Amino acid sequence: MTAHVEDPPPVASACPYCGVGCGVLARAASDGVTVSGDPDHPANRGRLCVKGSALGETLALDGRLLHPMIRARSGALERVSWATALDAVAEGFARISQRHGADATAFYLSGQLLTEDYYVANKLMKGFLGTANVDTNSRLCMASSVAGHRRGFGSDTVPGSYEDLDHADLLVLVGSNAAWCHPILWQRMVANKQARGARIVVIDPRRTATSAEADLMLAIRPGTDGALFSGLLAHLAETGALDSAYMAAHTTGFDAALERAREIAPTIAATAKACGLASDDVRRLFDWFRTTERTVTLYSQGVNQSAQGTDKVSAILNCHLATGRIGRAGMGPFSLTGQPNAMGGREVGGLANMLAAHMGFSSVEIDRVRRFWGAPRMAEREGLKAVALFDAIEQGAVKALWVMATNPAASLPRADAMRRAMAGLDHFVVSENVLSNDTVNSGAQILLPAAAWGEKDGTVTNSERRISRQRPFLPLPGEARPDWWIVAEVARRLGFGEAFAWPDVASIFREHAALSGFENHGSRDFDIGGLARISDAEFEALRPVQWPVRRPDDTADKRFFADGGFFTPDGKARFVAIEAPGLKTEADAGRPFILNTGRVRDHWHTMTRTGKAPTLGRHTVEPCIEIHPADAAVAGIATGDFAEIATAHGAVTLRVVTDPGQAPGSLFAPIHWTAETASHGRIGALVQPDADPFSGQPEMKATPAAVKRVAPGVEGFILSRIPVVLPDGTRWARAAVAGGLGTVFSAPEGIDGTALAGRLTPSGGSVSEMEDAARGVYRAAIFDGARLEAVIFVAAGGRPAWSWIEAQFGMSELSPLARKALLAGRAPDGMADSGPTVCACFAVGLTAIKAAIAGGACDVDAVGRALKAGTNCGSCRPEIKKLIETGA
Amino acid sequence: MSEPLVVIGNGMASARFVEELGKQALGRYSVLVIGAEPTLAYNRVLLSSLLAGEVEAGDIQLKSRAWWQSQGVTLVYGRRAQAIDPAAKTVTLENGAHIPFAKLVLATGSLPIRLPKPGMDLPGVLTFRDHDDVAAMLSATGPAVRAVVIGGGLLGIEAAYGLARTGTHVTLIHLMDRLMERQLDAEAAGLLKRALEQRGIKVLLGADTAAIEGDGCVEAVRLADGRVLAADMVVSAVGIRPNADLARAAGLALGRGVVVDDRMATSHPDIHAIGECAEHRGTCYGLVEPAYEQGQVLARHLAGRAAVYAGTVLATNLKVSGVPVFSAGDFIGAAGTESVVWRDPGLGTYRKLVLKDDVLVGAVLFGETGDGLWYLDLIRRGERLGRLREAVVFGRALAEAA
Repeated sequence: MTAHVEDPPPVASACPYCGVGCGVLARAASDGVTVSGDPDHPANRGRLCVKGSALGETLALDGRLLHPMIRARSGALERVSWATALDAVAEGFARISQRHGADATAFYLSGQLLTEDYYVANKLMKGFLGTANVDTNSRLCMASSVAGHRRGFGSDTVPGSYEDLDHADLLVLVGSNAAWCHPILWQRMVANKQARGARIVVIDPRRTATSAEADLMLAIRPGTDGALFSGLLAHLAETGALDSAYMAAHTTGFDAALERAREIAPTIAATAKACGLASDDVRRLFDWFRTTERTVTLYSQGVNQSAQGTDKVSAILNCHLATGRIGRAGMGPFSLTGQPNAMGGREVGGLANMLAAHMGFSSVEIDRVRRFWGAPRMAEREGLKAVALFDAIEQGAVKALWVMATNPAASLPRADAMRRAMAGLDHFVVSENVLSNDTVNSGAQILLPAAAWGEKDGTVTNSERRISRQRPFLPLPGEARPDWWIVAEVARRLGFGEAFAWPDVASIFREHAALSGFENHGSRDFDIGGLARISDAEFEALRPVQWPVRRPDDTADKRFFADGGFFTPDGKARFVAIEAPGLKTEADAGRPFILNTGRVRDHWHTMTRTGKAPTLGRHTVEPCIEIHPADAAVAGIATGDFAEIATAHGAVTLRVVTDPGQAPGSLFAPIHWTAETASHGRIGALVQPDADPFSGQPEMKATPAAVKRVAPGVEGFILSRIPVVLPDGTRWARAAVAGGLGTVFSAPEGIDGTALAGRLTPSGGSVSEMEDAARGVYRAAIFDGARLEAVIFVAAGGRPAWSWIEAQFGMSELSPLARKALLAGRAPDGMADSGPTVCACFAVGLTAIKAAIAGGACDVDAVGRALKAGTNCGSCRPEIKKLIETGA
Repeated sequence: MSEPLVVIGNGMASARFVEELGKQALGRYSVLVIGAEPTLAYNRVLLSSLLAGEVEAGDIQLKSRAWWQSQGVTLVYGRRAQAIDPAAKTVTLENGAHIPFAKLVLATGSLPIRLPKPGMDLPGVLTFRDHDDVAAMLSATGPAVRAVVIGGGLLGIEAAYGLARTGTHVTLIHLMDRLMERQLDAEAAGLLKRALEQRGIKVLLGADTAAIEGDGCVEAVRLADGRVLAADMVVSAVGIRPNADLARAAGLALGRGVVVDDRMATSHPDIHAIGECAEHRGTCYGLVEPAYEQGQVLARHLAGRAAVYAGTVLATNLKVSGVPVFSAGDFIGAAGTESVVWRDPGLGTYRKLVLKDDVLVGAVLFGETGDGLWYLDLIRRGERLGRLREAVVFGRALAEAA
């Protein structure tokens, strides 16, 4: 008999990125982890976008925080034991709570926490420390949807299911670039369009990969979504398209809402004018909406991240309530969530304006939760929402902060000011995966190594209320621990041991489930009481399930509100009369542009994970500012230039990309780059803090800004095994590449290539270098024996391409010819450079796709047949389509 | 009745000329070749390989006896031509024989320069020019032998390399501050010096020979700075001069060499000169390529075809002690020029291209010279590089790729 090592069977878990909540199968093999879609998961049925597919590339332990650390007087972080760290955390919260009151302390949580982690943190603060200063990065993500839902439905309920996207005949996307931000749901919508002829309408100030596939694109003026849906409501009333029966039976407040809608946008012409749209386009949308029963309106950050986000949501809900199109197959309003467990956080109540388990701060609810928890010191009122919370930190009112699994120093509005504010905290604790990020480097005093995706064990909830298990398939590295364990240990040290004495995560889930069902009797939408008594084995094997689960056998998929049953005192939905739509701050002569912010295709949040994957670094190597060509011409800038973008709150310097899809007067910049990955790319520093009065969500997509050209000087890139420190004054951005890091830079004063090469050369190493001084060209390849250690390319007038060189960089040894070709920057066979990656799944570059199109590939599928490009996650299909249309 | 054509000299220029003439006008002339050396024409460039023991004497022969016969050439070798009578159109051999010619071609090559220093006539002081020199060196080599080679030009380096390969202790002394200063820039010369040192050759630069010392035979070389280098053998390889003695005696116009026009004709219309003995437009070439070109031009001319020799853009393209080096044009880089450099110590490669107004005007290559002739062609064409410039220094394949 021959013994041989078998790789363990794949572990079913959930993707840690967007709110679609795709199921994944993770295989941890000797040669690393591979991640594929779970065919049995209802969210994705086996499909996976490029970010999910590349998860295996993000799990290396380089840069991981592997043991607790405390900042010494010297300012350096020093390793300490868990006991020392936990004692220090507890001592700080006890001291400051005692001296300054519980409201001088706060937790700032994250949609990346598992539900069980969230539950434990929320319980400690709201029931035992006695403050509701528990907010979360979800405040920046979908708080306006929560507020809108609660205002309209009496509860934070997403009424529909993903299946509705398959059955709809009209899909209206508002402020959503789903093709990039929710690719798998987007593929379901496109499949519906192809198979059933469903129409897709995209409402967005800028043309995106999503609008490229749309039957109708409405490039709306920023901040006027409310006017468009007011006009729609007025039109529906005008044309007798209302569902009077549903309205009469299940809603109130229509008249006031309609009156206000008519004030805002009485006619199609008025609507078009208010929104900066063509009347014909508005009419077409209204006609389609009026005549299409199966209509889903999907909305995301374009709606939520607004000083009127809640009203925008209400304006959308109004139209669905008025037509009774809710809770039935193929119809309804649908909030697309940005994070893997924002929904779980909402269920737990991990928000300053929620108490717990979809309960608020009424005395009845406070008392109910007190009794359930046996809590000594309940929070009696709402706490501070993110922006207000950090204002309080800035003003010194909040003195103790514990940040878990998020990076506020990069993601908050006025991020530079927030960085300074955090540095002034008396007690600043951060639970993290990484050793270094902008928040850690904002003066964090205690670092706690938290378990990461692949190590964590618990549950998450996706945008369709589906609870899935995140299961571990990797051992806890170093001294990393689950967040729930860390918080419970601190609770124990604060004297609350009994209430936090869970032996395992299943016990926490059962308590959370029990609270959701506690004295519920159908009075609250969120109820998974049916899962409160599942065994450890059942928890381990838990299949993805949609809530509510009111009884153990109540596990079927379900929708809300088809027959009313809203969670208001009278059981009726509320129409809402919204405020006159508009931006909080309009552009002016000094700041003539409106700065929009958002995601790029292959990155997510602040890149602590996607930034480690070479596959994901290729599509967008550096942060860019997108501007309309006409605006660029006036500003005297062109694609490839650099520009400084300045607002009242901060400035960045980014490479310019002119894009006719940008509305004139608008700019778009990505949110992902931080001080870790770029020298001048912290876009959060520019964003204004003006927040929605109901949701507290800031208007992050509309900040007045000025643009001016910046001289690039010489430009270049460095591929290296380890991070490179560049001279002061150099602008740089960093991306993962196969075998190391790629750093692009521009040096206004020029740069000494030889000196740079010298610094990168190991002792005994050798430098192969090429110089054309008259042209400002310097190239060097640095070797340690035969091993390539680093490559430097410097040139005047534009950054040289690197994809060919990156391919060489990945190789262990180079032939003499390859060594020569490396510095030549091209392959001997003439295949110079594959160009920027378009299809990341199959690593197909622009050059090859253009060649295929030139070679007769007449549509996206033909390109797919030729190169496989666009045949997996499909998120590059719009780009390929564009290339074909523009004749490449 | 074919005209008698006499060639004086049996070296590389001569052989190429005869070969070309055979191609152009076989049978038009009855060709007679006079050679002083007692062998068939051989490849002088390979003498160092012969010295190094890398090849046998037979291997460096240019053409077989049968070939010469097939060309209908009468070979008179081992006999020195003693005089030319331009008026009578005869050549006199050392045995007194008079050979008439209708056309005469001088291909007498060059002679080594002997330093005008004391002791240069001592036994054991050798030159490096022909078979006999190699034979003399080989008879004196061995592990116990200390040789000093004077002259860091191509010949000296080749001699030093050949000797070192025999196990002899070799010191190469050179007056200038770098080796092969006429063919290499400072960096390439430095690389060459290291290459020689790796082969066990001791190299002294800025070494000015004051005298050769010895009692009855060579014992040492004394330098101007007073240093004394013990030596059992001294090889003088400080340069060559055109061998124009016969032409001088015949009253032909001379400069440093025998002055010829663009058809390689001397001041006497029926007497021509090619190779290292000739001086064309003020230049005496010391390399084989111009000699070959001159031989081809002359052959075409004598065959009655239009032929003009306009000079050779000088390119050095050779292996120095096993290391390929190439240089052409203005490889130092005069004022107003730009240079593109690539150096890869790991590959032992160095390249410098010199450009003026984006036109390639000079190149020096060390270690890998496969692209040398392409660069030479670019220099000769004188066209702007344009897009080629991006990767031109990496050679034709990569420069023209993509």
